[in-house]
Amino acid sequence: MKILVPVKRVIDYNVKPRVKADGSGVDLANVKMSMNPFDEIAVEEAIRIKEAGKAEEVIAVSIGPAKAQETLRTALAMGADRAILVETDDEVEPLGVAKILKAIAEEEEPGLVILGKQAIDDDSNQTGQMLAALMNRPQGTFANTVEIEGDSVTVKREIDGGLETVKLTMPAIVTTDLRLNEPRYASLPNIMKAKKKPLDTKNPADFGVDIAPRLKTTNVSEPPVRQAGEKVEDVDALVAKLKALGVA
Amino acid sequence: MPISDGDFPELREAVRALCADFPGEYWREKDRERAYPGEFVAALTKAGFLAALIPEEYGGSGLSLEEAAIVMEEIQAAGANGAAAHAQMYVMNTLLRYGSDAQKARYLPDIASGELRLQAFGVSEPTSGTDTLSLRTRAVRKGDRYVINGQKIWTSRAEHSDLMMLLARTAPRDEAKSKTHGLSLFLVDMRDGNSRGMAIEPIRTMMNHSTTEIFFDDFEIPADALIGEEGEGFRYILSGMNAERILIGAECVGDAKWFIRKASEYAGSREVFDRPIGQNQGVQFPIARCYAQMRAAELMVRHAARAYDSGEGAGKAGGEQANMAKLLASEASWSAADMCVQTHGGFGFAEEYDVERKFREARLYTVAPISTNAILSYIAEHVLGLPRSY
Ligand SMILES: Cc1cc2nc3c(=O)[nH]c(=O)nc-3n(C[C@H](O)[C@H](O)[C@H](O)COP(=O)(O)OP(=O)(O)OC[C@H]3O[C@@H](n4cnc5c(N)ncnc54)[C@H](O)[C@@H]3O)c2cc1C
Repeated sequence: MKILVPVKRVIDYNVKPRVKADGSGVDLANVKMSMNPFDEIAVEEAIRIKEAGKAEEVIAVSIGPAKAQETLRTALAMGADRAILVETDDEVEPLGVAKILKAIAEEEEPGLVILGKQAIDDDSNQTGQMLAALMNRPQGTFANTVEIEGDSVTVKREIDGGLETVKLTMPAIVTTDLRLNEPRYASLPNIMKAKKKPLDTKNPADFGVDIAPRLKTTNVSEPPVRQAGEKVEDVDALVAKLKALGVA
Repeated sequence: MPISDGDFPELREAVRALCADFPGEYWREKDRERAYPGEFVAALTKAGFLAALIPEEYGGSGLSLEEAAIVMEEIQAAGANGAAAHAQMYVMNTLLRYGSDAQKARYLPDIASGELRLQAFGVSEPTSGTDTLSLRTRAVRKGDRYVINGQKIWTSRAEHSDLMMLLARTAPRDEAKSKTHGLSLFLVDMRDGNSRGMAIEPIRTMMNHSTTEIFFDDFEIPADALIGEEGEGFRYILSGMNAERILIGAECVGDAKWFIRKASEYAGSREVFDRPIGQNQGVQFPIARCYAQMRAAELMVRHAARAYDSGEGAGKAGGEQANMAKLLASEASWSAADMCVQTHGGFGFAEEYDVERKFREARLYTVAPISTNAILSYIAEHVLGLPRSY
């Protein structure tokens, strides 16, 4: 079985994003970029499945700028076997990503596509679901545990108030939640080996799908600055204050 | 603002990710206890970084010296202390160049896997620091063994190492072929050494460095511990020292980056007189100057590393470059350390900020492994041809 792992290059989770002066988006110039943390979890899970002898090949794929190669190399250094970069400088929305992934999945025929539940830059939380719908395959989103048995995969899903267990017939799509695993570091020998692993570069046009944006960003603004709090003496003072503010 | 580093992104990233598990709190505790950061060294070893320079056929990654320099730089830039483990990198080139195939086959795979630690380098003695050629520890051949007598000092990490690269005298000074002959290099197995005439005594220093002094009393080692030919040890050490100086230089560049980043962050957020202190040019300029000084040193370090890798850095040209890299980088990190304390005002003295710890750690490198004066005299006398002072 092959596992396809889509990974996205996003602003590093440690970086405090700054909005561009013209409000057109987040300023990414000279900002540290990394693999989307949820995708790192997806890569880790795929490698663990392979290490457990339940998959033969892990293929990482990224849709993004030439620099997304670095993100793919990280996946390769963690243990993916080969990588595909679909190179574009345009912003591709979840639907466009899902269409490209579908085309790649049709070529590669993976038993499992495992990807982050969302990317931390736009927090869309759509790609996995759209891919499942386009491919008409079962989905297990927000995975907390993933277990493969024969041709089915059992996914414990993180839902409000607990865990839900679903059993899917493969090929299937799984999206990862935070607690699924703790991704490994790439070791130095693996970083070196990753440089020699195959990385194919393609264009969106190679897949003949329409990835033109459906949405237009009209404005991006900084969240309002949080006002300093106020300390009150006791409960009575608190109630009085809340009443005065008209919230109680 | 991060200090940008365009090249070797995957290497830098990997080191940073590892170091992120060892935050300031970890180092502060080790420093307080004067304890060896064994967990950190184990993590570096497990991830393969300490085997960076070991060729692939022996289980390492066969990196260039330049890549190894990036690893050391990033460790320091992350606020960690690579001094706990850098010797394995420093001495590796000597072993690779002058060790026999049998020695390499015997030791390198186990060093690469972490089973054997090569972290001790015994050169300095109480009466010979800068003047290495005057060292007195004797190794006398007796059949298939050498018998060692004497004392080493400042042998760092000896209690946390299985092997030691040892420089000892095999011919008395007045009987040696020339001034630079008569010293020999040994790869010594120190395990159970204390039951065989070797005694290690820790020396407490102003920073957490696990340094020691070692006494040898009829300590016997097998003759095949000799590296290369008898009497040629000084020459072997010199070529290895160029690698050591370049790597030390890279660590200093990393330290300087840490100090500059800390100072910039603090200057941008600490408000005095209702504005960030970094808004005052009196505070900005020292930081900017240190940054420029660091970048210049970084160029020299990388230049020296590339020359070393390409083989151009052999002989005198290599000595010049490696020495200048070490000189400029150790001065850049020390200026940055001082600037960082000044920028932090009183808070620079509080343990919690890590500045005072890094300040103490950074102080070492204008003294060891070679002091600034010794580099200046090398440049003056060996590069510029001024009259020899010693
Ligand atoms: C924490 C620490 C760790 C160390 N780790 C190791 C280790 O692992 N292995 C090892 O072998 N060594 C180690 N060293 C030793 C270090 O390499 C020496 O301290 C260094 O080489 C200087 O030698 P010295 O201390 O004997 O100084 P000295 O040689 O006594 O020199 C004292 C001062 O005088 C100056 N000086 C001496 N001669 C001249 C001259 N002719 N002209 C101008 N100036 C001169 C020197 O530059 C120096 O500033 C370590 C030292 C320290 C402090």
